[in-house]
Amino acid sequence: MENKIALEFKLNGAPKKVTIHPMSRLLDVIREDLHATGTKEGCGEGECGACSVFIDDVLVNSCLVPVGQCAGRNIQTVEGMAGPDGVLTALQRAFIEHNGAQCGICTPGMLMAAQDLLSKNTSPTLQDIQLALAGNLCRCTGYTKIFDAVFTAAKYVREGQ
Amino acid sequence: MRAYLPSYELKTALTMDEVLALLSSQPGKWKPIAGGTDVMVSFAAGKLEHKHFVDILQLSGLSTISLNNKTIVIGANTTYSDILASDVMRNTCPLLCAAARETGALAIQNRGTVGGNVMNASPIADSPPSLLAYDAELMFASVRGIRRVKLENFFLGYKKLAAEKDELLTKISFPAPLQHAFHFYHKVGTRRAQSISKLCVAAYIETTNYEINTVRIGLGGVGPTTVRAHHLEQKLSTQTIDSLDDAKLLAAVDKDITTIDDVRSTAHYRRVVTKNIILELLTGLKKHVGLDS
Repeated sequence: MENKIALEFKLNGAPKKVTIHPMSRLLDVIREDLHATGTKEGCGEGECGACSVFIDDVLVNSCLVPVGQCAGRNIQTVEGMAGPDGVLTALQRAFIEHNGAQCGICTPGMLMAAQDLLSKNTSPTLQDIQLALAGNLCRCTGYTKIFDAVFTAAKYVREGQ
Repeated sequence: MRAYLPSYELKTALTMDEVLALLSSQPGKWKPIAGGTDVMVSFAAGKLEHKHFVDILQLSGLSTISLNNKTIVIGANTTYSDILASDVMRNTCPLLCAAARETGALAIQNRGTVGGNVMNASPIADSPPSLLAYDAELMFASVRGIRRVKLENFFLGYKKLAAEKDELLTKISFPAPLQHAFHFYHKVGTRRAQSISKLCVAAYIETTNYEINTVRIGLGGVGPTTVRAHHLEQKLSTQTIDSLDDAKLLAAVDKDITTIDDVRSTAHYRRVVTKNIILELLTGLKKHVGLDS
């Protein structure tokens, strides 16, 4: 038996319809069926955070979510961060300014986790940032430029930049 | 991703009655899936033997936290983040908050549920030691009605549970812990986040001056299941906090644990470190009642 079902949900606000095995990982559906390849697979175990997305504003590891649980939900990925005219967010600008990415594979997940932090706390301490990004591993940068970027982004958000 | 998708089934959008009917229709065929943070790891690795799942995450009423009549009731679908966001939890259950804070990282805490942690029954699960220290009771629902079982009687052996195949864990309850009691949680792992436990100690001790009225200690990672440290509790109950006999207490906890070598640690390390943590616990207990150690 094929076990595929019709599933509807939103991706960055846009309605999507897929015919899919409900146990498919949300990560695979985003990348392969919807061609939104900004979200990455780093470990497939929920340990590295490269696959982080939002489901209805809640940060999750999409490698651990069966897509069948996403009916009717809004999935936000890194592709949905910048404005419709491509205007980058304060966070994205800060990452560029601080060279917060080297190979870039952790970056979408870092942006998601940092966005989650800034939506709750616009004056994070270093410890707040480290805690918020504790589920995101980077093998290239040593994290310091990433933390600097988040500090700067928080400043931009506070100053309305 | 190594799983062969067509061999799996996931039923969604069922009501509680439909879930219970499904579970009883072919007992053992269907397994509930909530946050999926453990199931999906095995799945992606191509090692998930069970094939038929029913989603319970969207069932309403299973993620409330309440304090009524001095009893805490936690819905089985309560996530670790729900626990950390709850005033009731933060004010009354520091051991559960500690477990929630030290599980995985934020994205895992947003999905993993306490019910899933209990039913997955790993001997190194982060919340059962705390739940044992709080003397938790589990409530199960099935087409046959409601059944209650004490958590300390629930883990029969490695991944062997005192649960029927057609039951669904719905709530976890326990007497509201006293704020001024001594709550102690120490999980040993390799990192400050995303760390799987090598061993874990959770203790809840009620005192009056230097007398010990109630002591419950949950241990993880030092047996085939999470256990209560009954010998240690027994020995501790016979002592007063101003005259603790460390040697006797450590000898008692020796009888409560059966440690093994595995991928994460060794039997020897676990035994030595458990005792070190018990000493840390005793120091904390003395400080708690105003004694300098």
